[in-house]
Amino acid sequence: MIILDTMLIAIRALGTNKLRTGLTMLGIVIGVGAVIALIAAGQGAQKGVTERVNGLGSNLIFVRPAQTQQGGVRGQIATSLTTQDAAALNDPKLLPQVVGVTAQSNATTQAIANGVNVSTTLTAADPNYPAVRNFYPAIGRFITDQDVSSDALVTVLGSTVATELFGSPQSAMNQTVRLAFGPGGRFGFNFQVVGVMQTLGSSSSTNQDDQVFVPISTLQSRIRFLRNPLGQTNVQQITVKVAKSSQIGVTKNEITNLLLQRHGGTQDFTVLSQSDLLATANQVSRTLTILLGAIAGISLVVGGIGIMNIMLVSVTERTREIGIRKAVGARRGDILLQFVVEALIVTIAGGIIGIVIGVVAARLANGHNFGGSSAVQTVVSPLSIVAAFGVSAAIGLFFGIYPAFRASRLDPIEALRTE
Amino acid sequence: MIRLRGITKIYRTGDVEVPALVDARLDIADGEFLAIMGPSGSGKSTLMNILGCLDRPTRGTYELDGQFVHKMSDDQLAMIRNRRIGFVFQSFNLLARLPAVEQVELPLIYRGVHNRRKLAMQALADVGLADRTHHKPTQLSGGQQQRVAIARALVTRPSIIMADEPTGMLDTKTSRDVMETFARLNAERNLTVVFVTHEPEVAAYTRRVVHIRDGRIVDDDAARAEAAGASGPASAAAPAPAQATA
Repeated sequence: MIILDTMLIAIRALGTNKLRTGLTMLGIVIGVGAVIALIAAGQGAQKGVTERVNGLGSNLIFVRPAQTQQGGVRGQIATSLTTQDAAALNDPKLLPQVVGVTAQSNATTQAIANGVNVSTTLTAADPNYPAVRNFYPAIGRFITDQDVSSDALVTVLGSTVATELFGSPQSAMNQTVRLAFGPGGRFGFNFQVVGVMQTLGSSSSTNQDDQVFVPISTLQSRIRFLRNPLGQTNVQQITVKVAKSSQIGVTKNEITNLLLQRHGGTQDFTVLSQSDLLATANQVSRTLTILLGAIAGISLVVGGIGIMNIMLVSVTERTREIGIRKAVGARRGDILLQFVVEALIVTIAGGIIGIVIGVVAARLANGHNFGGSSAVQTVVSPLSIVAAFGVSAAIGLFFGIYPAFRASRLDPIEALRTE
Repeated sequence: MIRLRGITKIYRTGDVEVPALVDARLDIADGEFLAIMGPSGSGKSTLMNILGCLDRPTRGTYELDGQFVHKMSDDQLAMIRNRRIGFVFQSFNLLARLPAVEQVELPLIYRGVHNRRKLAMQALADVGLADRTHHKPTQLSGGQQQRVAIARALVTRPSIIMADEPTGMLDTKTSRDVMETFARLNAERNLTVVFVTHEPEVAAYTRRVVHIRDGRIVDDDAARAEAAGASGPASAAAPAPAQATA
């Protein structure tokens, strides 16, 4: 029997019970749609992480304080790195391949102006920050060496903060902003706005436009309660930029050796490259993608069981038809093929509709935050489309073959006797 | 050419064995027109199903045109049903939703024939349904439905037509139409026609009647003629009483 005839017979058989066919197909549509959409969400999260890490700049190495462990006693975190360490890393005699080093500390703060109070991230930075992070002021200037040496009360606002406080970046210039710290904002200073940063846009959970910058020395000298129990105000991160990405591995080792020397052999810091950060973050988002895919996969299997169920009912209902076909010369293989093709048509059609719905859903969800703090990002990968299509066809084959086998084994006389 | 020897069919229900057909011996020559008669439950349908290759005997040999059918696999039997035998059922056994022409095309689909539509139209015309080709079974009378079924049996140009009580669900006039169709096909095409009936007036169309009772063939015109020393071929409709007295 020609395959085309089989398909026509199958389509006609499916067409006689449209509601049932539609509902059976719906199981596959939902399963495939869910797989596509959820994997798109998972991969979107992965892409977001990648963008965030790459958005930090390029060819960067991050040095952060680490917990130390000496004789079973855990050391204090965030007490190890200093601005002197940053200066040493920036010494061209020691590390010639380094093109920029910036030290920073972060805190949360309340920015208050015009009776508006916004909670934001404070970044205490040095003048090297824009060049290392490739993030520059759009209006005005960044923190200068003079600001640092004089512990100046100046601030550079992120564009989001500037807009929230003053309506626009332009009107924020030369205004005064009160930055308050501690519980209930007990400690605070008035800062003069000397610049507003360029807008990077937000595609991920860390919005770089939502922060304010002050000179690192100002934070260290004026905001005493941020100091550690030893009375030091240490830096929380030193960012090192190298000229070429091929130098990252070597430089990581050299930084580690240099800092070990300076810290008396104590490994109280970690040195991470962007790819290290990516690897950690990707592991999390990959787990998320697998989890989401698995949940969607379960619904696909449930849809497949629905197919099998309906095919078994269909075989029982059409026993007489099978008997007639066998009586006029259909072989086992002809009957088997007919029912397998029916199941395949349902799953493949359902798969195609599911792919369309999944892709549309992923596109619609892209950029919406659904009440969360950050926007959902979705990436529909061609691989997931191909895989979903293949899986739905495989499900049709797998769940269709048993009912079809039952049909093909029917005895023609028995089959003709049923009503 | 059909040759049955020692054909026995036993149905098993639990521990009870019910013999539906016992040691049947039957020869049917090409071009015969033959009726199998018997009361309900006599085993005539069982014999018909075995003859039509729809069922297999428990014991015995069935030779069809030199091939031993009783040894064949399911798929080989399907091929025989598809190419050599046209089967007509009492209840027509048409597919509910297909128009007449597609019903007739059905065996050709399984045979992989290409100009199916033309052959099917021709077969419908042969049974006088040229104007009903696109009617569905529900739009046709019983007699018309049975003629669609006959067209379906004829379309593969088989050498044998088997019919299991083909007039059982038809009124007298329609029965006569259907039987005349069979008689004409037998005469015009030298088609072997074997059918089961329990109506003597239907059996009267044939030249040979085989009686079956309690699973045994009890009376066969041809066998009787042979026993009486008649030398003519089995297909010749011998007036049995005349020869019996000779």
